[in-house]
Amino acid sequence: MKRHPLLSFSLWLLAMLAGASIVWNTRFTADMSFFLPSHPSPAQQVLVEQLKDGAVSRLLMLSIGGGAPEQRAALSRDLRHRLEGLPAFVSVQNGAMEHLDQDRDLLLRYRYLLSPAVTPERFTTTGLEAAIGESIALLASPAGMLFKPFLTRDPTGELPTLLSGLGGSSQPATRAGVWASRDGERAMLLVQTRAQGSDTDGQEHAIAEVRTQFAAAAREQGLQGMELRLSGPGLFAVQARAKIKDEVSRLSLISTLAIMAVLFWVYRSFKLLAMGLLPVLSGTLAGIVAVSLAYGTVFGITVGFGAALIGEAVDYSTYYFIQSGRQGLSVWRARFWPTIRLGVLTSVVGFGTLVFSGFPGLAQLGLYALSGILTAALVTRYLLPDLAAPLVATVPACHARPRMGVAIPVLRLLRWPTLALALAATAYLVQQREHLWHPDLSALSTVSAEEARQDGQLRADLSAPDSRYLVVLSGPDQESALAAAERTGALLDGLVARGVIGAYDSPARFLPSQATQARRQAALPGRDELQARLGPALADSPLNANKLQPFLDDVAASRQQAYLQRRDLEGSSLALAVDALMLERPQGWSVLLPLHPRPGDDSLGIPADQVRAALAGSDALFIDMKGEFEHLYQDYLHEALRLSLLGILFIVVLLGLTLRSLRGLLGTLLPIALTVPLVIAALHLQGERLHLLHLIGILLIVAVGSNYALFFDHARPQAPLDPETLTSMGVANLTTAIGFGTLALSSVPVLHAIGVTVGPGAVLALLLAAMFSPRSSPP
Amino acid sequence: MRKYLLLLLALSFAPWAQGAFDIAQLMQGLASHPGGKARFTEKKFLAVLDRPIVATGEMTYLPPDRLEKRTLTPRPELLLLDRDTLSIERDKQRFSISLSQQPEARAFVDSIRSTLAGDRSALEKSYLLHLSGQPEKWTLTLLPSDQRIASLIQRIVVTGSRNQILSIEYLQADGDRSLLNIEPIPAK
Repeated sequence: MKRHPLLSFSLWLLAMLAGASIVWNTRFTADMSFFLPSHPSPAQQVLVEQLKDGAVSRLLMLSIGGGAPEQRAALSRDLRHRLEGLPAFVSVQNGAMEHLDQDRDLLLRYRYLLSPAVTPERFTTTGLEAAIGESIALLASPAGMLFKPFLTRDPTGELPTLLSGLGGSSQPATRAGVWASRDGERAMLLVQTRAQGSDTDGQEHAIAEVRTQFAAAAREQGLQGMELRLSGPGLFAVQARAKIKDEVSRLSLISTLAIMAVLFWVYRSFKLLAMGLLPVLSGTLAGIVAVSLAYGTVFGITVGFGAALIGEAVDYSTYYFIQSGRQGLSVWRARFWPTIRLGVLTSVVGFGTLVFSGFPGLAQLGLYALSGILTAALVTRYLLPDLAAPLVATVPACHARPRMGVAIPVLRLLRWPTLALALAATAYLVQQREHLWHPDLSALSTVSAEEARQDGQLRADLSAPDSRYLVVLSGPDQESALAAAERTGALLDGLVARGVIGAYDSPARFLPSQATQARRQAALPGRDELQARLGPALADSPLNANKLQPFLDDVAASRQQAYLQRRDLEGSSLALAVDALMLERPQGWSVLLPLHPRPGDDSLGIPADQVRAALAGSDALFIDMKGEFEHLYQDYLHEALRLSLLGILFIVVLLGLTLRSLRGLLGTLLPIALTVPLVIAALHLQGERLHLLHLIGILLIVAVGSNYALFFDHARPQAPLDPETLTSMGVANLTTAIGFGTLALSSVPVLHAIGVTVGPGAVLALLLAAMFSPRSSPP
Repeated sequence: MRKYLLLLLALSFAPWAQGAFDIAQLMQGLASHPGGKARFTEKKFLAVLDRPIVATGEMTYLPPDRLEKRTLTPRPELLLLDRDTLSIERDKQRFSISLSQQPEARAFVDSIRSTLAGDRSALEKSYLLHLSGQPEKWTLTLLPSDQRIASLIQRIVVTGSRNQILSIEYLQADGDRSLLNIEPIPAK
């Protein structure tokens, strides 16, 4: 031994400590950026921003059940009052009348700066006559009774004009003076958190605060049996994180314990067991360090994937301990290490392809596994012999040995039936190809069907429809972004008039650009002039000009009024509406204009081509969110397909170059080629809908499965395969199957898909590799 | 002969012999109304205006819970009460509210709907009823018993003849008043 064992050990320990300190300072996240594209198109960029930082991502929907309507309403008011005072919340809405009055008063105060009807023509004699005549006609309608108290202040009807612009968005039902669900059995609130949607800690804090305050309010009012329900993107993020955190520790524990049990059964020694886990520990640490250094943050799912990696990385020490036990280290290094090295390389190539994925989660998994496996192999090769050499001789003879030797001839009898079965599976898959795939990105979401249902219900109760269609604009500052929204709004008005769309929302409706406000202000005539025009304008009207002093006062005040700013809306639901549609970014402001389909249009669709045609020439971007999500998923799916094919190709080339024999290559590949259709067909029969992670699973079957075939084929010159090798393969296979199989227990779809594919795939690959191994005379 | 005369007299007074015309009888009569079309004229007397505003149009009633009020002048408008939904269509815009979620609006709407349908118990939930006159010419006065309705409306006065409503007058809390005159269009 040339190197000093203590030296290598010290170097390893130092590296481990450095790694541990990096991991200690690593930020772990469980947010949805795992799924969001790392190189988004402009339309996808909007999607990403909306999901991470958009106002919608900061909304929490609350409902209060139990008790009588008045009790729920009292609790709703109290909860609103409590939450409004807390820094974690930007706004709390519960539909209480006094707050609606606040909105109305704001609109009334700024009506001449806000109303799109304010033009110089409207304040001429004929313009006034028409506008006031219209207001009086409105009083004949039940809809007009709302405006009757304001007739002398607002005879031209700017308030009704402003309110009719709100027609696109319907209000929730009310009961006992506050918002209620459609069936009236629950009081509803809408809360906007200060924390961004992507700030899971902040969301968790806000949600805990809501629950605490609700409990305190119910206690204070002496109410029992009241129930709080809550939903929203923030809650999903918090739950996803908790779920992933919980599963990662649970799955890793299961996987570790099971693997340790297997190894202890084989080694019958705690020392050997500890040594065997050394490469795994190093690999896991190296994986997290690599991801942390490369990406800054580590996804919880990536760590969860570690459970599978434990099963894979422990193989190398298994091979070493069992194979070198009888033959000694130098024989092992000469005879087995090249095969293991090739196995490591195929795994590295397989996982390495994923690093180039535009799907950040996949890239992390790839890098994590790649660096983990490489480290585990290197530690096994260069550190383990130094530390464990004296122990190796104590590896007990294996109990499973005779049976495994006997199994191979039996397996060989099944060659033709297996071929036939694999062929049938392939034919079945070809026939079922239309039904194999999960249609959308929800396949990867950790949100359960029940949670999604409850979310949908709260959303419908709050009349907060998903905004599927958006027009997105941007500008270097707020003013220019609002001006762009006004220009595009004019184009959209044309579409509304033509009945192409039903309505649209715009932040400029409640916060017009200063230029527009200035233009409207300039349209207002002076007091004397207005008074002079009112006389002839009202000559035939039932409304006497003498009663319009409040109107003259208000117009005169509006001529001097300071422009409406965002801060003037503070605390009103108009602020919420404006904030939801504007987003400040490092490079400027972007504005969203949600489009609503025509009412009564059952398809709920919008003719996208007509909208695009109307917006042509402007820099407005029309986005169909649903379409974008589907597009994104298709992109991922195509990429996963391309990457797995590319990875498989690399593995085949690598094997071909190393084996330098077509026969050897085909012999290695055949068992895997049969394994894949069998596993996929079995999954489909069990009702699994495939998504991109199953594809990645197939790549891993190839990467992991080729290792076994390599031993059989490589062993050919020295045939027959000695019992130690067989045993080591059996044990390695078992630990790999346990590692991946544990993931199948996960409810996180990404992990579940990999586990359910690779776990059975690995076992089947070994069996088929043995089945199709070259015939040799028994020892 | 005197016997016969007495009998005739007794028969002709038979309706009165059963007692005075009461709310139960009125409601029974209203409930038997088969529905149909009517022209209406609605005058609103508002303090702020020197002259009343007049609206005209047609109403269609389909018992027990569908009422359509189509205003033709001064501006076209359609008010539709269908079971639980009240909707207004005006200027290509349509608003609708679900009455079960808006108890205040429901009580208000019930004043007309329950009168049309002769649903006494629904009326008495929110109003005190007072009836005067004879079957040929009756006047039903509704006084809100619910504070929330009383803050909007002082009194509703419905007049009619037999099972036909002829006018509804709303006296609002602020003193403004509206008078709806109904003239049935005989079915052909």
